[in-house]
Amino acid sequence: MTATAEKPDLEIGRERRRKEDQRLITGRTRWTDNLALPGMLHLAMVRSPFAHATITGIDTEAAKQAPNVVAVFTGADLADYAGACINAWAITPDQVTPPHAPMPTDRVAFAGETVAVVVARSAAEARDAAELVDVEYAELPAALDLKEAAADTVLAHPDLGTNKSAYWVFDSGEAGTGGSADEAIEKARGDGIVIEREYRQQRLIPAFMEPRSTVVDPTGEQITVWSATQIPHILRFAIAATTGVPESKIRVIAPDVGGGFGGKLQQTPEEMITFAVARKVGRPVKYTETRSESLMTAHHGRDQWQKLTLAAEKDGTVTGLKVELTADLGAYIAIVGGGVPVLGAFMFNAIYKFPAYHFACQTVLTNKTWTDAYRGAGRPEATYAIERLMDELAVEVGVDPLEIREKNWIKHEEFPFTTVAGLEYDSGNYEAATAKAKEAFGYDALRAEQEERRASGDRIQLGIGISTFTEMCGLAPSRVLGSLNYGAGGWEHASVRMLATGKVEVVTGASAHGQGHETAFSQIVADRLGVAFEDVEVLHGDTQISHKGLDTYGSRSLVVGGEALVKAVDKVIEKARPIAAHLLEADVDDIEFSAGRFGVRGTDQGLAIGEIATAAFAAHNLPDGVEPSIDSEATYDPVNFNYPHGTHLCAMEVDTETGGVLMRKYVCVDDIGNIINPMIVEGQVHGGLAQGIAQALWEEAVYDDSGTLVSGSFVDYLLPTAADTINFEVDHTTTASTTNTLGTKGVGEAGTIASTPAVVNAIVDAVRSFGVNDIQMPCTPERVWRAIHAHDGDAPTEGAAAPHFTEETGMQGQTDRTDGAGA
Amino acid sequence: MIPVQFDYLAPSSVEEALAALAEHGDDAKIIAGGQSLLPVLRMRLNAPEVVIDLGGIAGLRGIREDGDALVIGAMTTHHDVLTDALVKEHALLLTRAEHQLADAQIRHRGTFGGALAHADPAGDLGAPALALGAEFVIAGAGGTRTVAAADFFVDLFETAIGDDELLTEVRVPKHTGWGAHYEKFVRVAHQWPIVAVAAAVKSDGGTITEARVGLTNMGSTPIRAHAVEEALVGQPATEDAVAAAAARATEGTNPPSDLNGAADYRSHLAQVLTRRAVLAAAGA
Repeated sequence: MTATAEKPDLEIGRERRRKEDQRLITGRTRWTDNLALPGMLHLAMVRSPFAHATITGIDTEAAKQAPNVVAVFTGADLADYAGACINAWAITPDQVTPPHAPMPTDRVAFAGETVAVVVARSAAEARDAAELVDVEYAELPAALDLKEAAADTVLAHPDLGTNKSAYWVFDSGEAGTGGSADEAIEKARGDGIVIEREYRQQRLIPAFMEPRSTVVDPTGEQITVWSATQIPHILRFAIAATTGVPESKIRVIAPDVGGGFGGKLQQTPEEMITFAVARKVGRPVKYTETRSESLMTAHHGRDQWQKLTLAAEKDGTVTGLKVELTADLGAYIAIVGGGVPVLGAFMFNAIYKFPAYHFACQTVLTNKTWTDAYRGAGRPEATYAIERLMDELAVEVGVDPLEIREKNWIKHEEFPFTTVAGLEYDSGNYEAATAKAKEAFGYDALRAEQEERRASGDRIQLGIGISTFTEMCGLAPSRVLGSLNYGAGGWEHASVRMLATGKVEVVTGASAHGQGHETAFSQIVADRLGVAFEDVEVLHGDTQISHKGLDTYGSRSLVVGGEALVKAVDKVIEKARPIAAHLLEADVDDIEFSAGRFGVRGTDQGLAIGEIATAAFAAHNLPDGVEPSIDSEATYDPVNFNYPHGTHLCAMEVDTETGGVLMRKYVCVDDIGNIINPMIVEGQVHGGLAQGIAQALWEEAVYDDSGTLVSGSFVDYLLPTAADTINFEVDHTTTASTTNTLGTKGVGEAGTIASTPAVVNAIVDAVRSFGVNDIQMPCTPERVWRAIHAHDGDAPTEGAAAPHFTEETGMQGQTDRTDGAGA
Repeated sequence: MIPVQFDYLAPSSVEEALAALAEHGDDAKIIAGGQSLLPVLRMRLNAPEVVIDLGGIAGLRGIREDGDALVIGAMTTHHDVLTDALVKEHALLLTRAEHQLADAQIRHRGTFGGALAHADPAGDLGAPALALGAEFVIAGAGGTRTVAAADFFVDLFETAIGDDELLTEVRVPKHTGWGAHYEKFVRVAHQWPIVAVAAAVKSDGGTITEARVGLTNMGSTPIRAHAVEEALVGQPATEDAVAAAAARATEGTNPPSDLNGAADYRSHLAQVLTRRAVLAAAGA
């Protein structure tokens, strides 16, 4: 019989160590950069040091003469091969979209844009020769500051005549989902409370661990593209759609990928250039970026100004919210580009029963690196804004910030609840999560300590920050995406292959890049199919194996991909049932399936699913008209988004003398529905928290006045390490989602979405007695110190910056040297 | 992250290293632990034709006593300085500073002499070395010479070491029985200090009898806070008295402005951190 392992207890809910971690942690696996193909050539990019300039000449002769250089191509050379970088989401019909050639021919629009590529026999020789390419530029004025760019003072793309790309509006009065926010604000100006604030979402860099890398082999019948991407399927589509190479002639493989955080949800110019060069030279080629190139050119995240007006009655009941966003697209509109703030549009009302809501967003082109999804994508921005505002409202009303939230939030008995933004929240229990978090946090004791420190004028002040977040994830119902003019659907595909030996291969269209899909999906299949965890193999990330899929982002893999998998498994069982009945010589209606075994009702007769698989493989004795296969597949399109929520409480100590901040305690109670693997969930929450806290405290992409990225290395772009974070207390309440079979909710982005406002609220709370009601992120010690001393005349912080390595040292700052001007 | 091609030389003696320097002059760079040079090479911010590795010269490693001084070989790793009992007994300030220098991996690779010769004003060892009155032994074709710490740090990334010379060892006068503290202010643990203050204090019955204070990243070189030192002598190790002296920490400084802080903020930090460092060093 088949050699399958013995079936253990239920897998779902079990703290399984991730089966993929042995190879991922040791690095002994296949990454894109460690691929070596026969005759493979290496690429180095020549990049613009200017934010905006006309290319007046490119002299590639010296580079072509350099040792072992095979070719040097400019934008003109590749124009017919490189396709284009697509924007898949024109958020309005009249969106102004600059054309985006992977390598421009006449003008660069941001510092770091590629103007030539060197092809050589080794990466070192390619890099050396790249410095010999002599590019002449005529510098143009650059649109850098977001607000100035929105005023069209300098144009990022002169031909377009404007920097204003699209203006997207949602109004609950017009949509019929609520009243008029303007009317609510007007009324509140008369007899209520109006809170008006402007918050800054600084520019962030996803900073995934593995730099982007692409290998293209044009020598087979299909052109094979390996890439460190989150989206192999979408990438294949984009390459085919823009190069004219038939989709069937392209195979894209995302081998093991070292993180993405949204940063690899892109069709990059570098991928398209690598593809073009491979076709030009007819040999396999590889491009792997340096960390400096990655920080400078891989898409950035956030970068918004948020103008907010909250109207409330005097008792703190919110009557309306108006949001006016300005969002920086960068130099081009990335694949989801302008859609990121639109994703946030549905979340500013958060967990609250606001009767009126108005959202407007102006997307703006600038001469900076393009922006796109970064962990949370739109939802962190929205959550930050509303959770900061609710704290401000509490201060205005003079009540505890938890009280003001409770007054406005949706009660657990009110689900399902249709929000003022038009979404139907299926489930939730904000009361339960908050009660549990308060207890674990020791809320009352910390409030008492805060009072003592205030009263005694302690040098160290204590603040408590709250974030009662929800988010919409599980992207996404295709019909909703269609109504928003998104260029694709939001379904996911899965198939289950029952092997002759009783083992199971699961193919998913989700494309993991560190999340632990192989483990979690194995657990789901093990339980549902009644096979051993070890007998399930999860395959993904190769369009030849996983022919259909929409990849991994937006906390979708479990709630959409997992549901597709459940449906595929159920089809396997249904296909196996008549075969089981036939072999057991029983009526199909008498066959019961339980714990991996088909039994005949009222008897002890039965067959394991693996035995049916073997029987189907042999096909010696099947019912008439039944195909010899129980393999199945399913494509699932979600009917709704998925709404995890939670209460996050953060205590921050502020050294009022230096402005230094120290996290004292962080408690989060997330409701993510039923949990497949608690260990993976905890890892996602910890990582998410660290990333959200990092926005509050450390990370910021800073450009100087000429458009050079100053925070161009990890010396100046501050990522936290384990030494900078504390031991988070992570707990859960469980309200099963009603929109998927397993009752699960997404967790990949929750920690990031929730934590940023909790931290900033805590810092502001700590120093509010000094008259502070906001500190711009990241809350650097200097900013905190200046906020405390704002009333004694110190100037506000300037963004001006100097890199650690400076010109005086002969180490020429962070300037890019690949233009050939250096060395 | 591929450096420009360079030749690699690995001399086995100081004499060989000096000969290599004499031959290649400006075109050569010395590599000690490589923790500063390698990133610079890999980012192509510098492109020497020759890299001379001192790692094979056994005599440059180790810590010994020599009368009233400790002698620390230039190629001694940070980790070895940090864990050395003699250093802890006679130059506690160095132990305290090394404890906060970068992270464990860097401390096992990076060297004491390399960090000082690199002369990054944000480096953690300059201010302690200056405060303790260290002497730098520099070898050249004509033999060795000794340079006082006050003369060693010339400017940003520039020391008294000539193009054809090598730092071989650092002599640190013993400060046995002195209290010491290195107060470092950073946003994340692995960062260069925004400002840091190195303080060594000799006390007698709660009164400060002698003090040495050095400032990190308050100018183009490490800076000795003489005014603070003088003001501390004879003062009780109390918050108020030390704060009054620490208020003079900004005298003679020229702090930079960058992403982590404008000059005026750094000046404020220098005063606060000096007070804290001295109080901690005095055990108050």
